[in-house]
Amino acid sequence: MTKIFKIAFRNLFRYKRRTFLTTSLIAIGVILVIAFGGIAGAFKNQIVGILTNSVLADIQIHQKGYLSSMDNMPLDMTMSGGGLAKIEKLLEESDQVKAFSKRLRFAAMVSNFSQTTNARLTAVYPEMESQTCPDLPKRVKGPEADPAKFVKPGEIILPANLAKGLELTIGSDVVLVAHNKDGSVNGITLRVGGISENIMGPTGKDGYLHMDDAQSLLRIDNGEITEIAIKLKNFDKLDTAYEQLKLELMKIKGKSDKPMYEISTWEELSPFTSIARIIDLLIIVVRVILISIVLISILNVMMMSVYERVREIGTMASIGTPPRRILSLFLAEGFSLGLMSSIIGSLLGTGILFIFRVIKLNFTFGRMDISLSPSVPLSEVLVAILIVVAISVISSLQPALKASKLEPVDALRHV
Amino acid sequence: MAVTALKGIDVEIDSGTFVSFIGPSGSGKTTLLNLIGCLDKPTSGEVRINNVAISQLDRKNAAKFRGDNLGFIFQNFNLLPVLTAYENVEYPLIMVQDVPKNERKERILSLLEKTGMLDQKDKYPNQLSGGQKQRVAVARALVTNPKMVLADEPTANLDHETAYRIMEVMRNMKDEFGTTFIFSTHDSKLMDVMEVVHTIEDGLIVDNDSGKQRGGKS
Repeated sequence: MTKIFKIAFRNLFRYKRRTFLTTSLIAIGVILVIAFGGIAGAFKNQIVGILTNSVLADIQIHQKGYLSSMDNMPLDMTMSGGGLAKIEKLLEESDQVKAFSKRLRFAAMVSNFSQTTNARLTAVYPEMESQTCPDLPKRVKGPEADPAKFVKPGEIILPANLAKGLELTIGSDVVLVAHNKDGSVNGITLRVGGISENIMGPTGKDGYLHMDDAQSLLRIDNGEITEIAIKLKNFDKLDTAYEQLKLELMKIKGKSDKPMYEISTWEELSPFTSIARIIDLLIIVVRVILISIVLISILNVMMMSVYERVREIGTMASIGTPPRRILSLFLAEGFSLGLMSSIIGSLLGTGILFIFRVIKLNFTFGRMDISLSPSVPLSEVLVAILIVVAISVISSLQPALKASKLEPVDALRHV
Repeated sequence: MAVTALKGIDVEIDSGTFVSFIGPSGSGKTTLLNLIGCLDKPTSGEVRINNVAISQLDRKNAAKFRGDNLGFIFQNFNLLPVLTAYENVEYPLIMVQDVPKNERKERILSLLEKTGMLDQKDKYPNQLSGGQKQRVAVARALVTNPKMVLADEPTANLDHETAYRIMEVMRNMKDEFGTTFIFSTHDSKLMDVMEVVHTIEDGLIVDNDSGKQRGGKS
């Protein structure tokens, strides 16, 4: 076997220019796959990281049916009492959960006493929220430095555009008016404690206030909330954690013996999921392009190689080389070319990613400041090498079979 | 359109002899060597070597028979260009006969020494002269200890003096190993070294010249 590979390598280097060109072509394909995969993956992960760490958290739990009417922010689909206590106990005991935050989301009117606009408000316990969405306090411009107190009782955090539209600054007073679930309208005066940058762009209307103020405004006295946001210890185990929590959650049943709650990952809650899927699709497209490059270039090289070496094949066959050995000789050539090219491409691709990682790719996406540190898992590099090698062998098969089936007498006569 | 290359050839070759088929180009010499060499099959009739009907062998067994019993020397030397002289001689031992490394080395060095190529063993074919290439080819043909070596116009691309030396090398090999050498040639100057000469014309053997008259001497 060693000898077969030795001969294969020497034959490759016999046609240096051709081997160089083919190797370069395949290596460029591998670089493209690794660099694009690394950068696109890093972009996706960063956006997902920003979304989950700032707004959505990794997983959310709601009253059954809340998700489908989420845009209306209903207050009659809340979690409270024994059911809520069970969920809290479940989350506290789970070894997958790092932190969770109880939220009450509702729609309200915000007034500066001369102008009024609508807003979506999220009432939180700042200690819980800052642990569940640690990037949220960082996006709030205000005097408070302690993330665990980013919103205090009597204060409201307003989105930048809304504050600008109402000519509000930190310290301004606003009136918040909202319906509670019984339909009565109540108001509360709050002071602007901070201005938040909305990560999804200028249309953001999401504000935050302390849970105590929301309960006072909405006349809630039984600790009702609309959602629980959950941060996991390990985001990579999202699916496992989701399944485990879902299993336990489904055991909490209501009077009709049906599950009372629904659980969703960030993917079900964010429109970015579609973009993430497009990125995954693009990575697949780039891989398909690589496969095509490898398939066509190796097939071309190996066919030329067989055609040019017909007499040599005739000599090998005439002195008794079994057809399977001739077949292996050409397959080894395709294998070696693929392996060599993919290793070179992988080294260059990871080198390029390393350079990007050192210099950092900074840009703005929506209102998110992105600073990419692309990387590629070893498994993806190995998969790229494996794909190239496998396709190289497959595309060498036809020329190798042709070589092994040549009649020695015809091959020796070949001019 | 099918062309009949050989018609009714009936010839027996004794083992350990130096036999030549001579005749003009297109007379059928190479076709006959291809039939004896298990490279081609007759449309009718039979070729037997040591009572094995080689013309009946399938592709795989024909390759095995060639590897185990035959050696080939070609007009254009046909050395593998990516292998050194040593590796070219080693090739059939690895790729055809699976001979262990130690035994390989001993056999190769011995043959390269006998063919006078030991000092050139690390050179590639493009670094060797025509005569040197053919010496390597002779070593390659003999390294598997074949019963028979088939040489198709082995001296056609060599000058007379080199051709004569190559023939001498082969003659020595025949004497040492008892190998049967079968040549095709139209070089009449080489007839002196042959023990048996068959003349072929238009696909027929027209004259058998026993080596006894020649004495088999070079």
